[in-house]
Amino acid sequence: MPFRLEIVTPEKRAYADDVDFVTLPGSEGELGVLPHHAPLISILGAGELRVRKGGVEESFAIIGGFVQVLPDKVVVMAETADLAAEIDLERAREARLAAERVLEAGIVEPVDLAQARAELQAAVVRIRVAERRHREGPHRRA
Amino acid sequence: MASQRDIRRRIGAVKNIKQITRAMQFVAASKLRRAQDATLAARPYAEKLDEVLADLAAVLGDEHHPLLARPDGGTRLLVVITTDRGLAGPLNTNTIRFALKEAAEHEGRLSAVTVGRKGRDALRRTGIPIVAHFNGFGDKPSFADVTPLSRLVSDDFLAGTYGQIDLVYSTFISTLVQRPIAQPLLPIRPGPDSPGIPGNQFIFEPNPATVLHQLLPRYVATRVFQAILETTASEMSSKMVAMKSATENAEELIEDLTLSYNKVRQNNITREMIEIASGARAGR
Repeated sequence: MPFRLEIVTPEKRAYADDVDFVTLPGSEGELGVLPHHAPLISILGAGELRVRKGGVEESFAIIGGFVQVLPDKVVVMAETADLAAEIDLERAREARLAAERVLEAGIVEPVDLAQARAELQAAVVRIRVAERRHREGPHRRA
Repeated sequence: MASQRDIRRRIGAVKNIKQITRAMQFVAASKLRRAQDATLAARPYAEKLDEVLADLAAVLGDEHHPLLARPDGGTRLLVVITTDRGLAGPLNTNTIRFALKEAAEHEGRLSAVTVGRKGRDALRRTGIPIVAHFNGFGDKPSFADVTPLSRLVSDDFLAGTYGQIDLVYSTFISTLVQRPIAQPLLPIRPGPDSPGIPGNQFIFEPNPATVLHQLLPRYVATRVFQAILETTASEMSSKMVAMKSATENAEELIEDLTLSYNKVRQNNITREMIEIASGARAGR
């Protein structure tokens, strides 16, 4: 029995569909959700969110978020959510380089440092998600 | 009376102005649509955060987080959100007047953070201390843009610099109506627990206090982001209306000027004819 998955970010509703299974990058490790899960509110780490719907798998790079699990509905609130197929690998690699350069340069304002770390983390997650999709492709699973 | 050529030149100038105001009207109209879409698109996230916060509050009670607790007294901070650019009708004037009224009614110390050049320029003249200024975020504000502002106000609140922080901005009610309001930002007052599953039936991972700690800064940023989106939508609709009436005024002016142009022209013709006629009679 499918259940509803919604992914919302401060700027838009990134995804809303009925799905069969979802795995989330929980703060305490990977979190898989099937229908009729107990009500749960959890912090999400930066990582990959995988959705299975009718045998087709899709994935998102999720950064900075929460999930609310209800019996028939899962709502992911994330600061950014990028569909793996839409991630610009070139740009993510450039962003990683730029952030690394800031961190290596040392002597920066604490605010810049925090931002550079956040950007580095975001870039690394996006690259990982996009590369995995590149290798495995959007294939069907039994 | 102005000469025929003077009037013709003025008609030309007014026609140019009319073209510009009409173009600005159409640009504002298309930006308004985008701003409205952005405001709507941001709503589900904000509503969801409210809901989770209410669930958490039901479990935790008020005293668990410094962003929720109200320190006694302390300075009040107004975050006044205006636009960078003018030509937006009475929008900024209304917001600023509202902010000054809030300031005048408040007893005790008060400071301001300004967003947008217009608000800063106006508040500078009033003597209210401006502790920080952010330039407006353009026509398409992004969530990442507001993070520095929301971090600044949260940190200052946590440090006890302020006892109360309010957002003053213009809400977008319709294309014709935008209303300035003062919305309490901090301390946060969670809403009542939503219908559906009561907060105490949720499992919180890793635990409620940690979830709350992660959630609150985002909640603050979301509130600020929404206020800025609403201001942008207000700016565009106010600008659209202002430019529409400017275009209509220009049309009216062109009509008046054309009328006086024709009168002057007719006078000149009549005068010349009289001169010719009297010249001919004198020569006979």
